[in-house]
Amino acid sequence: MADMMKGNVAIAEAAIRAGARLYAGYPITPSTEIMEYMSWRMAEVDGVFVQAESEIAGINMIIGGAACGVRAITASSGPGISLKQEGMTTLSDEELPAVVVNMVRYGNGIGTLYSAQCDYHRETRGGGNGDYRCIVLCPSSVQEATELMVLAFDLAEKYRMVSVFMSEGALGQMMEPCELPEMRELPRYPWGFDGKYTNKKVGIFDRNSRDEAVLLNEKYNAVKENEQRWESIDVEDADYVLVAYGLPGRASIGAAKELRAEGYKVGMIRVITAWPFPEKAFQEVNPNVKGFITIEANATGQLIDDVALTALRTIDKKVQCYCRPHVYGIPSVKAIKQDFIDVVNGNMKEVY
Amino acid sequence: MSKSKKVPYLVDRPMSFCPGCGHGIAIRLVAECLEELGQADNIVFPIGVGCSSLLGGGIEADRLHCSHGRAGAVATAIKRCNPNNVVISYQGDGDAYSIGIGETTSAAYRNERFTTIIINNTNYGMTGGQMSNTTLPNQKTNTSVYGRDCSVTGNPIRFPELAADQFNVGYAARGSVHDVPNIRKTKSYIKKAIEMQLSGEGYSVVEVLSPCPTNWKMEPLEAMKHIAEHVTTYFPLGEFVEKEEK
Repeated sequence: MADMMKGNVAIAEAAIRAGARLYAGYPITPSTEIMEYMSWRMAEVDGVFVQAESEIAGINMIIGGAACGVRAITASSGPGISLKQEGMTTLSDEELPAVVVNMVRYGNGIGTLYSAQCDYHRETRGGGNGDYRCIVLCPSSVQEATELMVLAFDLAEKYRMVSVFMSEGALGQMMEPCELPEMRELPRYPWGFDGKYTNKKVGIFDRNSRDEAVLLNEKYNAVKENEQRWESIDVEDADYVLVAYGLPGRASIGAAKELRAEGYKVGMIRVITAWPFPEKAFQEVNPNVKGFITIEANATGQLIDDVALTALRTIDKKVQCYCRPHVYGIPSVKAIKQDFIDVVNGNMKEVY
Repeated sequence: MSKSKKVPYLVDRPMSFCPGCGHGIAIRLVAECLEELGQADNIVFPIGVGCSSLLGGGIEADRLHCSHGRAGAVATAIKRCNPNNVVISYQGDGDAYSIGIGETTSAAYRNERFTTIIINNTNYGMTGGQMSNTTLPNQKTNTSVYGRDCSVTGNPIRFPELAADQFNVGYAARGSVHDVPNIRKTKSYIKKAIEMQLSGEGYSVVEVLSPCPTNWKMEPLEAMKHIAEHVTTYFPLGEFVEKEEK
């Protein structure tokens, strides 16, 4: 029997069970319960917890731990993740694995406390300097969040990349029945610092950035090929396909099912890996599809760019791409159905 | 009879510092202390950005080139994850006291059990000689061309004194490498700092005054003399706190 668990608590416990043994971070609503939980839980598993003086220090502690081969995690929300960008590009540069949780809240600057999806572009493109990507995982339920947390550590380790766990404030605050993953007792990564210089790192002045760039690109291409994840329903014969992720993705599935029952040929793609973007999901879509509609919790529409680009690459004719940005919160099934009706009735202008 | 001393084996190749720079002396002292304490195969260096990062090119050991100013945070996690390794963050004054003042101070504040060596040459060396938080009053740099005006820029920071006065640190000292007696004394400070770390009793910091003939626009000997006559008047040498080791 699954227990009722609060999202942030389930995320923190799943990280412990996935093998996390270092947490360093700074409190910020709506992610703080993750840190509070880690502050006592990490000691129980002989891990390290540091309340850092800033988000910047927090992510740099993650770098120190990851360099010692320890599975490391930090959590924050929009503005805090902005401060972590320096560390995330450094982790990517050193090819150190780590998990960074963003419980997204709405707004520019210090923002607001509303649950949102306004950080899509930043997370999927890599917000720090340079030429890197992070794996971006987007849960739509507390149960899925715990499963994706295990995957986040496994993919980070496999590819020696940063996994960004991009959820929403609301998911962290809500309670749902949840089966936690099994506790894993894992050794440290084998290549960490031991004080003996056992594992030679390439010296900072001996690096060949041109050769490294080629290898990095090969790695990213392998991730794109192998790690796309999504959920889709009824796309093979759909006239219109809703595309969304996270909690709006979950609501969009409900909307698509109801619209289908009402006689509309509607399909749905729920994006799970925002990077690598699930291009393969679009290859299964009806070649005569009339339009894609993204349902987003931001102001400008961000997911729409990836959807339009992917539609162009996967479907032989030009398909209209629409976007309904709900700014923040979780759009209801009723609201999403109305978005669809607006498209069908010509009351919504396509973006692409 | 004079004795020749072997180069510590941690130092695996010539370093690329300017002629007359003090970094090479400081790094050699650190390497000698580690060898003498039997810790040369038990060392991790988080290193700063700036001239201090050139340690990474000259030392054969676990080392991580940290982002600018962040070595205090990186070292915190390395030491907590690998408590049995000796961890020495090697940084310059710009790295540790300007952009990294938050990380440096917070590590001392938490009394993290690692050692920080800060090379103070009173300017940003790597970028060609700009004013730093330790630039002396009236000192000319590329961003204080008429001489540092402390009424506008504030006064130079004295970090070992701050750590000693305000935090419960294990060891805080300031040495210099401008002449042989001070080099010997600085070596004893560095050794005590590492011993403090080995005892697990607290944070240890040694600031090392170091000549920068290139950016001071002085001959090397003149730069050494400048430290003795001017720099040490603002930055007094000595030990500021020495906690008893248990």
